Amino acid sequence: MCQVEEEYHEQLERVDTPSASKKCVKCKEELAAVVIRAGDSYCRNCFRESFIHKFRAMLGKTRVIFPGEKVLLAVSGGPSSCSMLSQVQEGVSQNAHKKLRFLPGIVYIDEGGALGQRKEMRQKATSELCDMFRSTGFPFYILPLEQVLDLPGSVLTPSPPSDQPGSGYKAAVDLFLQSGGSGSDGKAEEQEGVSPPAVQESHTRLLQQLIGSAQTLTAKQDLLNTLRQHLLVHTARTRGYSKLMLGDSCTRLAVKLLTSISLGRGAQLAQDTGFSDCRYGDVTVVRPMREYSAKEIAYYNHMFKIPSVVVPNLDTKTPDKASIQRLTQSFVTKLQADFPSTVSTIYRTGEKLQTAGGSSSAAEDAERCVLCVCGLDTAAEEASALQATLISEQLSRSSVSVKPEPPSTVGQCCSSERPCGGAEGASDCCRSSRDHEAAELRSLLCYSCRRTVRDMSSVTHLPQYVLSEVQRRQNRSAMKEQISEFLLDDADEND
Amino acid sequence: MPVLCSSCSEKRAVLKRPKTGHSLCKACFFWAFEEEVHRTIVAAKLFRPGETVGVAASGGKDSTVLAHVMKLLNERHSYGLELMLISVDEGITGYRDDSLETVKRNQQQYELPLKIVSYEELYGWTMDAIVKQVGLKNNCTFCGVFRRQALDRGAVMLKVDKICTGHNADDVAETVLMNILRGDIARLRRCTAISTASEGDGVVPRCKPLKYAYEKEIVLYAYFKKLDYFSTECIYSPNAYRGYARTFLKDLESIRPSSIMDIIHSGENLSFREGVKMPVQGTCSRCGYISSQALCKSCVLLEGLNRGLPKLGIGKHHRLHEKILSQQPLTEREERKLKSVDF
Repeated sequence: MCQVEEEYHEQLERVDTPSASKKCVKCKEELAAVVIRAGDSYCRNCFRESFIHKFRAMLGKTRVIFPGEKVLLAVSGGPSSCSMLSQVQEGVSQNAHKKLRFLPGIVYIDEGGALGQRKEMRQKATSELCDMFRSTGFPFYILPLEQVLDLPGSVLTPSPPSDQPGSGYKAAVDLFLQSGGSGSDGKAEEQEGVSPPAVQESHTRLLQQLIGSAQTLTAKQDLLNTLRQHLLVHTARTRGYSKLMLGDSCTRLAVKLLTSISLGRGAQLAQDTGFSDCRYGDVTVVRPMREYSAKEIAYYNHMFKIPSVVVPNLDTKTPDKASIQRLTQSFVTKLQADFPSTVSTIYRTGEKLQTAGGSSSAAEDAERCVLCVCGLDTAAEEASALQATLISEQLSRSSVSVKPEPPSTVGQCCSSERPCGGAEGASDCCRSSRDHEAAELRSLLCYSCRRTVRDMSSVTHLPQYVLSEVQRRQNRSAMKEQISEFLLDDADEND
Repeated sequence: MPVLCSSCSEKRAVLKRPKTGHSLCKACFFWAFEEEVHRTIVAAKLFRPGETVGVAASGGKDSTVLAHVMKLLNERHSYGLELMLISVDEGITGYRDDSLETVKRNQQQYELPLKIVSYEELYGWTMDAIVKQVGLKNNCTFCGVFRRQALDRGAVMLKVDKICTGHNADDVAETVLMNILRGDIARLRRCTAISTASEGDGVVPRCKPLKYAYEKEIVLYAYFKKLDYFSTECIYSPNAYRGYARTFLKDLESIRPSSIMDIIHSGENLSFREGVKMPVQGTCSRCGYISSQALCKSCVLLEGLNRGLPKLGIGKHHRLHEKILSQQPLTEREERKLKSVDF
């Protein structure tokens, strides 16, 4: 087991020290202005060219974004997503060599409410971004995260993808060319969100209660990510965008991959980190910045004056061990400093994973997690980690319940997975209805989201759309049970 | 205020389970720990009645607990297994000789037959001699590769049907992380399996009955059972890169104790893209052991040692395998590259 990393050592340790007077490796004429990684020094022009080419090449080779399609860019204000915005701007501009032919829009989600930021702070950040977005000429939406509380339950069920007329990429290109190649309706749309909708204070309070009910920063961050994702998808869906572009860089994805592994999201890993993710059906998430390292982006933004805005996050100014996400980030960053191939190796590991079950096979909504909308991985097969955990918990609890019990035994103090007195104080143990609610919710979650919910003191603060979806699915499965003897096979459940 | 055991609700709890956070009394902890290993063995169908099983024993905590629990469960649940201890003597003065003493004591305490196979008799080299030639840097490569084969050879000599090793949940989780950090897809796919399929001649199937047992609980178990084990780090071991993964895992565990199981769950549920090139298992054309190359790793390493070119097996020199097999001389340039590393 130990042998391979030592072989590795050799390569890792051989880091050339960049010399200041090197020539650009591309044109071999100009003096190098930037060293992206050991051995790759570029002059200013070649760096710019290769940076732009990489973006185009990523969209070109994946053939996921069709000409004339509406694409929503999720911009957080950070360097990576701002860089993505500038690449799109560059690509659709008239003087671009090969124009990108999709119709971009921008969305920014103001999470200040979840962080407990003061109003003025939030306004300052949004107005800065507003100016940036306005200058692009693209339609844009600035939304407070509080809007997530008003989402419909349909966010949690994948909609069937709206079929492109010619289905194939090639056909779509032909169709686009026939129609005159003008997608001018994008420009005609009014620039929305110029003055972001006013946020009701009661909403902010509800959001804070929700985030606050998560007892650990790990769970808070996970919850916030889920809510943000829901609002992004919902916005894309209601505004007619069929693609949602995220600015995840290679570095970010490597961290995300390792975080996902640590959170028990192995089954969902490929969807969480792949180039395209179609778990929502009609809205496909794409990550075109995935081959840029954070360093590369930082250099580019600095050299070519791409503006970005510093927006604080849940883990801003927290110590390394504040949460799993935070710890993983610092682990990867530190390892990368010593072993420069860390990020790209982790990233390439992710490349070899299967985006299982995309939209087709595991599409039955009953088998999807009501939070992350991924397929459920909670079958608890014989001799699995999940089963072993359940056994451990069962054996450590009161010996009266040694034999396996059905999960919803009303009157039992503790629901199957959570020991009482865990978070809320053991004073009022038998809140059976509330525990029942939590158990119901848990049965509809994937392994990792169960862990998150387990860290929450109560599930009652979850947004209404989640709770009502839980109710809907419960009713549906109860209904199915009633009529089960008349159903010929259980292969059809699509509504 | 004394805390009562959350399982029997009678006795005073003496420990908090690292795995679940429950407070348990000594008896309930022992019972839970043993029962969990038993259920793992049953659920994964690790053994069949009448089989001879070799317990890989190093004298360390994991293998000592494994030997103890295996013997106990074999009697308690009448598995009908014949148990034996297999130890590997790497030839490390001041480390393995001491730990082997522990194994010998265990042998008497548990009344199990013991077989010790040594690197010296199998390969003609002790680790001490190897380190003298190779230096401290890559010696774990030799030790790890040789041990894998040595265990199999010992198992064949004893005619056991299966080997069980003391790998615990922390080890498995750490290996998942390591394989991701190294991009080793083939191993990432295999490393969460609880047992290996029988792979061919000379390779005995292996399993990890402690796969879901936390390292901390193993220590607690050994501590409260007052088991006799040897706890010293190998004197040649400082293994930087795995150390990073280990520290990371311990930090994760301190943030969320279930992390270890969560990582194993992740590993068990990964799905891999089709068409990713995987190494194909073949056999070594020199010794017949399983190998994905023309020569197995231990033959390459041994060849390097015997020719005075210790770096032959460090890093990838697959194209040299043909040359070695046909006994062709290496060019001067090739030789220079493979000479020992300077310090």
